[in-house]
Amino acid sequence: MTVISSEKDPEALTLTFVAEFNAPVDRVWQIWEDPRQLERWWGPPGWPATFDAHDVTPGGRASYYMTGPEGEKAPGWWHFTEVDAPTRLAFDDGFANENGEPDESMPVTKIAVTLEPAGSDASGTGAADGSARTRMTTVNTFESLEQLEQLVAMGMEDGMRLAMAQIDELLAA
Amino acid sequence: MVTRLSDDETDAVFRALADPTRRDILRRAIRQEQSISALAERYEMSFAAVQKHVAVLERAAIIEKQRRGKEQIVRARLETLARATELLGEFEALWRERTLRIEELLADPADPASETTPTRPTEKGHP
Repeated sequence: MTVISSEKDPEALTLTFVAEFNAPVDRVWQIWEDPRQLERWWGPPGWPATFDAHDVTPGGRASYYMTGPEGEKAPGWWHFTEVDAPTRLAFDDGFANENGEPDESMPVTKIAVTLEPAGSDASGTGAADGSARTRMTTVNTFESLEQLEQLVAMGMEDGMRLAMAQIDELLAA
Repeated sequence: MVTRLSDDETDAVFRALADPTRRDILRRAIRQEQSISALAERYEMSFAAVQKHVAVLERAAIIEKQRRGKEQIVRARLETLARATELLGEFEALWRERTLRIEELLADPADPASETTPTRPTEKGHP
């Protein structure tokens, strides 16, 4: 597992998650910038995400929905607050109604992503032997404990439990 | 839908609360923060034994311990911090799982963008 660290700060309501990948920074940037790649990993298991708009520019918006096991759709939106390719991305992640408009009554999570070269190849631009590594730091900030409760209590929960089970399987293998 | 603790966390909480001394420590700590030495005076057991009970509660994330001068202060963290930690843990699990999928995606020898959509330029990822 390439998870380097994960730090929960229950007072600031932040989760800082650090992982490293065997790919150069430019390559890891693509998994965020390209909606077709993003769709392959964003949604929890059983809830694949489909992005129908993805404007990765400062002030730009993304629109997506996750499709549940029963075919139910959970629409969401992103609002990009910071974009500095290929190293920095920050956005608000919220829920939308059936018309794709932001649902003000629902929690908004702030997510800030930093990509930087990791490991022996300090340039991070891709060594000749392909050994470049990238460190991805993701800071998730929640507005309040109530909103965190609300988020976890929603449909994402099942997916996350399933995810944990899958990880256990992988680790046991 | 109600959020549950993981099985391990639930076990730790129930184990911690299965002992009458520990339940008493927790009740006192909820009302008011307690020093371990003050707690030790209340029970007919050694300081070390009280410390052990406190450690069990601490591991179950039910109380937190803080050093203040020579004193060790015990405080309940039931309502807010433990809950927040648990909830943040749900998102930690989500990110662990996403990390595995990203790894798979990055290891995929096929151009990941070519399967389902018209391709967009990806040259910049390849020096």
